[in-house]
Amino acid sequence: MKLYIKYDINEICKKILQEQLDKFRLSYAMLGYSEVEIREDISTEKLKELYAGLNNYGIEVVESNKNILVQKVKDAIIEMIYMDDKLPTSKISSYLADKLAHSYGYISNVFAEVTYTSIENFIILHRIELSKKLITTNEISFTEIAHKLNYSSLAHFCTQFKNTTGLTPTAFKRIIIKRRENAMNNS
Amino acid sequence: MQNETIYVLLADDDEDDRLFFSDAIKELKMNTIVNVVKDGQELIDHLTQDNVTLPHVLFLDLNMPIKTGLDCLNEIKNIDRLKNIAIAIYSTSASEKDIEETFVRGANVYIKKPSNFSSLKKVLLEVITLNWQYHTSGLNRDNFLLSL
Repeated sequence: MKLYIKYDINEICKKILQEQLDKFRLSYAMLGYSEVEIREDISTEKLKELYAGLNNYGIEVVESNKNILVQKVKDAIIEMIYMDDKLPTSKISSYLADKLAHSYGYISNVFAEVTYTSIENFIILHRIELSKKLITTNEISFTEIAHKLNYSSLAHFCTQFKNTTGLTPTAFKRIIIKRRENAMNNS
Repeated sequence: MQNETIYVLLADDDEDDRLFFSDAIKELKMNTIVNVVKDGQELIDHLTQDNVTLPHVLFLDLNMPIKTGLDCLNEIKNIDRLKNIAIAIYSTSASEKDIEETFVRGANVYIKKPSNFSSLKKVLLEVITLNWQYHTSGLNRDNFLLSL
């Protein structure tokens, strides 16, 4: 005997989604076929389980929430570096974990996956960027900059600057000044 | 994960170097699209086409016939639509004078061509990821200088 079957893909997907979500006893709403709003806080572990369950059916969660998390990490770091005069005394890893309510391991993995760089490198990069800004806009000495950015010494600052940019702070400053002179002469 | 595509353009007259470069980028496993041009004139022609997708970063060999890398650099910096492209000088010379000269003229990165494949990969990864930070994190491009 042969059976001829007709089916509604969207209806099937919706049912599967509902079944999987119901398993976690979550409060949620289906917003159309490809969007679900979860109306309560859900732990990373539970979320991972949910994704894995859906994956069995070839359903993938488009992880824009990762991008949102990364943006929050960046915001937190930039705020830390630019708003305060000093970096926080607590460890950055626990600071971020507390602030974003995820484990640091999870945060750093997501960060690396999305940005191609590590949180550590991102922090170094932004400290160096701030130092560049200070070098080019203010008449303050390298020693003062090192102190302001919480480096243990001028040497430490210069080394990190050179490691990050390949240039010494002095060469950097010279190049920026020459560029400005050229721009002035051309205009 | 659907990361945004990173467009990379290389201008180099040496065929081996072009191959070497494309292979290295392929192995980085980043979501990149590489285009290559063979000399400076072809580069300018490519960039000034209508509707061309501008690269996120341009790797520019200094020693090219017809139009040198330095000529191209000057030309690109004088075209409004092009002047914000990140430019990585890719050269066999490593004289301090060349390096500083290209930075002053607006290059962002200076790479001394690495002699082996693994260091080339490492260098390209560093340039592309750092450039990506400038692209995505609102950093001031005027201060983007990197010498490798």
